[in-house]
Amino acid sequence: MERISLKKSNLFKVATVFLPLALIPLFDHNPYHLDLFTTVGIYALLAMGLNVVVGFAGLLNLGYAAFFAIGAYTYALLSLHWHCPFWLGLPIAGLVSMFFGFLIGMPSIRVRGDYLAITTLGFGEIVRIAFNNLDAWTGGPNGLLGIARPKLWVPSFEGGLHFETWSFSVNPAPYGYLVLGLVAGTACLLLRLSDSKFGRALVAIREDELAASCMGIPTLKVKLYAFGVSSFIAGIAGCVFAAKQTIITPDSFDFVLSVLILAMVVLGGLGNLWGAVLGAAVLGTLPELLREFADYRMLVFGLIMILMMIFRPQGILGGQLIQRELDVRHKESADGAS
Amino acid sequence: MALLEVKGVSKHFGGVSALSRVSLCVEEREIVGLIGPNGAGKTSFFNCLTGLLKVDEGKILLGRDQRVLSGMSSDRILEAGIARTFQNLRIFRNMTLLENVAIGFHARTRSGLWDAFVRSPRARKEEKMIFDQSRELLRFMGLESFGNEIAANLPYGHQKRLEIARALASSPRLLCLDEPVAGMNPSEKEALAGVIRKIREKNIAVLLIEHDMKVVMPLSDRLVVLDEGEVIAEGRPQDIKNNPRVIQAYLGEG
Repeated sequence: MERISLKKSNLFKVATVFLPLALIPLFDHNPYHLDLFTTVGIYALLAMGLNVVVGFAGLLNLGYAAFFAIGAYTYALLSLHWHCPFWLGLPIAGLVSMFFGFLIGMPSIRVRGDYLAITTLGFGEIVRIAFNNLDAWTGGPNGLLGIARPKLWVPSFEGGLHFETWSFSVNPAPYGYLVLGLVAGTACLLLRLSDSKFGRALVAIREDELAASCMGIPTLKVKLYAFGVSSFIAGIAGCVFAAKQTIITPDSFDFVLSVLILAMVVLGGLGNLWGAVLGAAVLGTLPELLREFADYRMLVFGLIMILMMIFRPQGILGGQLIQRELDVRHKESADGAS
Repeated sequence: MALLEVKGVSKHFGGVSALSRVSLCVEEREIVGLIGPNGAGKTSFFNCLTGLLKVDEGKILLGRDQRVLSGMSSDRILEAGIARTFQNLRIFRNMTLLENVAIGFHARTRSGLWDAFVRSPRARKEEKMIFDQSRELLRFMGLESFGNEIAANLPYGHQKRLEIARALASSPRLLCLDEPVAGMNPSEKEALAGVIRKIREKNIAVLLIEHDMKVVMPLSDRLVVLDEGEVIAEGRPQDIKNNPRVIQAYLGEG
């Protein structure tokens, strides 16, 4: 009974968390703050997506920025060569990224743990280097410029009913709302996923893959689903990023970004969706808050991360499950000592 | 027609042969005990049966339609109707009891990834069915009051029962139990033997590996004795007890 009432409130939970955030652009007109708001939102998308693979299924992916890059370049090319509107580019970027997710997932998901981490790390680097060197298509290190911003069709009543196109501009507020909507929608869908038989199957695979397969879970297929969902989200995020920046270069998608997103997931609490969002908010804003330390800010940033991992290894919100596991281990070692 | 028919199954690890030409069968609603000294190949046999080890030689057939199981993956074998437990408990420690049992329904439910995202009527109906029946199975195993507990926090005997509940969730035709009463006290053992009899009444055949003769003798309809990867005797418990080859295998030469 408890479970069922919990399930119904997914939408409610998402709304209570994200609706107040929608008010921020109304009070705060500082473009710098709103730009940060949008960036954090893109990070939140990425962290939630990576959490599906790393948090739920326990598969370490160190090349996640590659899927973000594929989404961004997909929309950039569609926009520059075919004048593809943003709203059509968004799902296409997700699907192309998902396609590459399956492509890299199929051979590499058979290996586990460290090996998978190395495979994905390699993939991440290959993608970045490929974009860097395919000058003819991607503009090489100079990147692609002049990517179209999203447009909306607004009904107008002047001189009879017709639709006027209204384009996003340098004003970051509309992007903020766009990203907020995507984050809320993704959160809602992922909560549903984690509360379904696939969510349970992913956790079972993380707990004991062999037992999961003996209990009828087609482990390869389920892991591949997780990879696909995860890379789709990264593709969407990449598309939004490209449309917001209007310029993308391979530098934006380096290994450091993959690690940063992983750090967000771990910081918030592995396997905890809200943790991933919170981790993105903290690691996204912290470098900005630390600007007064000037040259030392990355040093302070690193120090905070180290202290965090020492004093709260389960993350800020803590995957509840992970927290329980740690408690049990603690108890066991206490028993052993007595 | 037997429910399970194993025909001349062999398994080698390098030069060591774990199983050599093992043949046995299990009838519908039968409880068969698989016994033998340590290292006789009992668990290897279970692993071959459930697809964790590839069979080198021989065939495993299930049911009236003689479905060939050798070569199938573990999850397909479960779908075909063989569920198992493990010698060293392999429950999902950080999931609740209900969730553990719910995993057993994965192969029996049809809703896909899209059903999960849009929360379709089919997914809702199946979720309700899964948790209703999981609760029912926990009640059957006497664990109904622990449904929302984390599995790792349960005492060992309860965890063993949970593993059986999880296996039953797949609605198997044959349940393979690997030392189900190991580590239990005498009254717990007696209770579990009762549960195994009740499982048979659900029209499920049971194949069990067990060292405790006090449990396996009265429980089994038939015993199969393995020694060094070979079937050395097969028959009713009282006959096996006096079989000289079995006594020799257990006590050694002399």
